[in-house]
Amino acid sequence: MTVALRFHDLTLGYDRHPAVHHLDGAVEAGALVAVVGPNGAGKTTLLKGIVGLLSPLAGAIERGAVGPQDVAYLPQTLEIDRSFPITVYDLVALGLWRRTGLFGGIDRQQRDRVAAAIATVGLQGFEARIIGTLSGGQMQRALFARLLLQDARLILLDEPFASIDSQTVRDLLEIVARWHREQRTVVAVLHDLDLVRARIPQTLLLAREPVAWGATAEVLSAENLLRARRMCEAFDETAEVCAEDAA
Amino acid sequence: MTGIYGYLIAPFAEFEFMRRAFVGALALAIGAGPLGVMLMLRRMSLMGDAMAHAILPGAAIGFVVSGLSLFAMTAGGLIAGFVVALLAGIVARTTELKEDASLAAFFLVSLAVGVTIVSMRGTSIDLLHILFGNVLALDDQTLLLIAAITSLTLAVFALIYRPLVVECVDPGFLRSVSRAGAPAHIAFLALVVMNLVGGFHALGTLLAVGIMMVPAAVARFWTRDVTTMILVAVGCGIFSGYAGLLVSFHGGAPAGPAIILVAGVLYVGSVLFGRVGGLARRLIPRRHLEA
Repeated sequence: MTVALRFHDLTLGYDRHPAVHHLDGAVEAGALVAVVGPNGAGKTTLLKGIVGLLSPLAGAIERGAVGPQDVAYLPQTLEIDRSFPITVYDLVALGLWRRTGLFGGIDRQQRDRVAAAIATVGLQGFEARIIGTLSGGQMQRALFARLLLQDARLILLDEPFASIDSQTVRDLLEIVARWHREQRTVVAVLHDLDLVRARIPQTLLLAREPVAWGATAEVLSAENLLRARRMCEAFDETAEVCAEDAA
Repeated sequence: MTGIYGYLIAPFAEFEFMRRAFVGALALAIGAGPLGVMLMLRRMSLMGDAMAHAILPGAAIGFVVSGLSLFAMTAGGLIAGFVVALLAGIVARTTELKEDASLAAFFLVSLAVGVTIVSMRGTSIDLLHILFGNVLALDDQTLLLIAAITSLTLAVFALIYRPLVVECVDPGFLRSVSRAGAPAHIAFLALVVMNLVGGFHALGTLLAVGIMMVPAAVARFWTRDVTTMILVAVGCGIFSGYAGLLVSFHGGAPAGPAIILVAGVLYVGSVLFGRVGGLARRLIPRRHLEA
């Protein structure tokens, strides 16, 4: 099995305070991994580190053969300006960026792909709508359509199903399952443990430090979850320099 | 017939300074329109105003060095504008301060420097020229300068259009697929500075912003499509230039302010009757649709 991502004693954080602490391990190519943990456990931080938006405080992330262009990232707090007058079609078509770049146009075949992506997420008829008129769930569908077009080997989703109705979650999960079948690597931060147990084969339980990582059923034991909650101690303004590095 | 001709066309047919003024206003409107729309969509509408103030000391130093020289004042204005824009950008990206706050600090200092230089070395008439320009006295050189700036603006704007739009809509996405965001932003600011410097010869530092921002605000009330918005803004700018010059010719009003006042009238009309979110539409709601 080839490895898509490998963490070497990885520490990520802000202002020297670790948010992800001494993480070791690897994500196999084609794996579908859920990242689960209490609030403040470092889940979003980990994704930012993988994307490269955050440099490690210590350790390293190895991305194997996956280049920066091969990563698609759906952040949790969207920076999207919903008041900007852009249509659903144009927003989705941005997913072709890797092919069009800054100046390229889109040809007939690519138009078909955009239309297909929009159809896959069930937004036919919304193409000409301005994004400001979409509901939260419709917006998320549009962003999934864009992810589809990005055609990336590594897909990172940060709480993609927060505040979204169950029908939309089902539809979007179907797309995640399709990516999994296509042997793409998917890492998703999720909160709904029942959903993770039912649909995601592997799980990383994170509480700043990794609690458990492996098959979902084993990782999400009551014991592990309790441990995770205890480990997620408060931010310490006067924390000492981490001793583990010195040792 | 002669009445209409006499009022609307004859001033331009008979007087060369009116033709020159109109060509200048035309070029300014075409270059500034797209920039104004983009500034507005990026929520940087007041940025143009700040930059116009920042340009003043450069123009003033140019004036002190070599009098009312086109080259010296243009070069001074460009340098001052670029320096302030770059410094503000650097401070915003390397410290906790946001770009608007750091820009405010820099442009206010810059303005103070400019007013000090002009007051200590020039007369008040010179100051008026720098602040309000003179659209009715555009010579060949100035017209060429404005036309060149407009041509360059349209070419560069076309090149950086996509990253500019995407950075407005979804900056996170742009960062994840491309590094073009920051260079495009800097090129965009450079275009704004250049257009303000071009506009400052005709309309002065303060009113140069008007031909950029007021048509953009008008356009927002008539369409939701960005391309159409740019076209409406350019059209509105051209019309303001034409009508403003006529008002000035027939009514004796100063030309620069008259141009911006016409745009202001269009703006008020758009606020009231605009197709997209105008007040009249809000006050007289039509019945809701079935789906």
